[in-house]
Amino acid sequence: MIEVENIHKSFGDTHVLKGISTTFEDGKTNLVIGQSGSGKTVFLKCLLGLFEPEEGQICYNGRFYSELSNSERRNLRQEMGMVFQGSALFDSMTVEGNVMFPLGMFTKQSKAEMQERVDFVLERVNLIDAHKKFPSEISGGMKKRVAIARAIVMNPKYLFCDEPNSGLDPKTAILIDNLIQEITKEYNITTIINTHDMNSVMEIGEKIIFLKDGHKEWEGTNKEIFKTDNEAVTNFVYSSELFKKVRQMYIEERN
Amino acid sequence: MRSLILKEIDELIFGSLGIIIFIAFFIGGVVTIQTALNLNSPFLPKSLIGFATRQSVILEFAPTFTSIIMAGKVGSYITSSIGTMRVTEQIDALEVMGVNSLNYLVFPKIIAMLMYPFAVAIAMYVGILGGWVAAVFGGYAPSGEFIKGLQLDFDSFHVTYSFIKTLVFAFVIATVPSYHGFYMKGGALEVGKASTTAFVWTSVVIIILNYTLTQLMLG
Repeated sequence: MIEVENIHKSFGDTHVLKGISTTFEDGKTNLVIGQSGSGKTVFLKCLLGLFEPEEGQICYNGRFYSELSNSERRNLRQEMGMVFQGSALFDSMTVEGNVMFPLGMFTKQSKAEMQERVDFVLERVNLIDAHKKFPSEISGGMKKRVAIARAIVMNPKYLFCDEPNSGLDPKTAILIDNLIQEITKEYNITTIINTHDMNSVMEIGEKIIFLKDGHKEWEGTNKEIFKTDNEAVTNFVYSSELFKKVRQMYIEERN
Repeated sequence: MRSLILKEIDELIFGSLGIIIFIAFFIGGVVTIQTALNLNSPFLPKSLIGFATRQSVILEFAPTFTSIIMAGKVGSYITSSIGTMRVTEQIDALEVMGVNSLNYLVFPKIIAMLMYPFAVAIAMYVGILGGWVAAVFGGYAPSGEFIKGLQLDFDSFHVTYSFIKTLVFAFVIATVPSYHGFYMKGGALEVGKASTTAFVWTSVVIIILNYTLTQLMLG
């Protein structure tokens, strides 16, 4: 569980995060949504420890990040997995090398044990024949799956995803969403996903936080988001023509 | 870490040997020809051509000229490889995993560059060989006279000075481009700009240190 308590973050004169408080529970897919520039990525980077908030606290299962020493912070980061927007795979390594990298760095496993673990996670993300391929030789959807495999190979307690299905076709995007949700349930991980994809919200949004101009505007589930009266949320959710029509039909049906 | 260091030695040192040998050979030849053409007096022995070639190659051309070439070749490779990792979030990925990215990316390069004096030693040898070829086959000096000049008034401290200089330059070639790559901001275009800036600054630092070390050690 991650508890966030009134965090503020600024860059120069720009106040990006303005007092966000929330809780992310284990075994749930938590979605952070909002328009571009609303502070989603900065919020995620604060949760990852890449940015340190000026005010407020972030607590990981009872451990306050600001109170940890540098080595404790590095240990905590080994409990985190991250799927970057652009996958961030190491270009010079094969798919297998990318997934094996954290094991080689932080465990004392033998080559055979590491290979077994890599084969297992690659199979788990439905990548069987790509072991020896380089990132430049695989598709965007496959890169995302490799990134997920690399993120889960160390059995993380926390999984962070920054727009995991951006640039993917709708079908592959749904596959990636479902995969993340399955892994979250299977390993009881605290998963936090940054997205502005409404399909993801509908599919896997067990808890949703809507950010607007650096503060938390709304919090709820994927069931509640379509019924809310919050104007900012409604404007965001129904910004596409498709969703406007769906809502119109819903209202007509209700009347 | 050991495999990373070996990989960097392969890429930074062995990968540069071809260009180092090529440049050293022809620079040695050019130094010899220019020295020979400027020694017009019949009272000056031909052995001075070998002497001047040896001194120029060992003291300046092999360590400094080669380092400027390496600042371009190796320096731009270091900046662009680390810079590309920065813009594609690969460095963030390392940090999130709990890896000390600065140590992981830069330290092996610094250690690998400790091998650089060996490359410069080869440049010295090949430079003098180039000079001998130019002198003998160009008809500027007979082989015996040239070799006599090479052995004339040899001071081993000049080689020590040259290797000390080379080690300092090696550290500069590994660190200045790494700094420009690691702390760069922006996208693909900025990677190119960072590589150019890194080359300029590495060259400037090498030139200034060359002057300072020469003044301190030989002045």
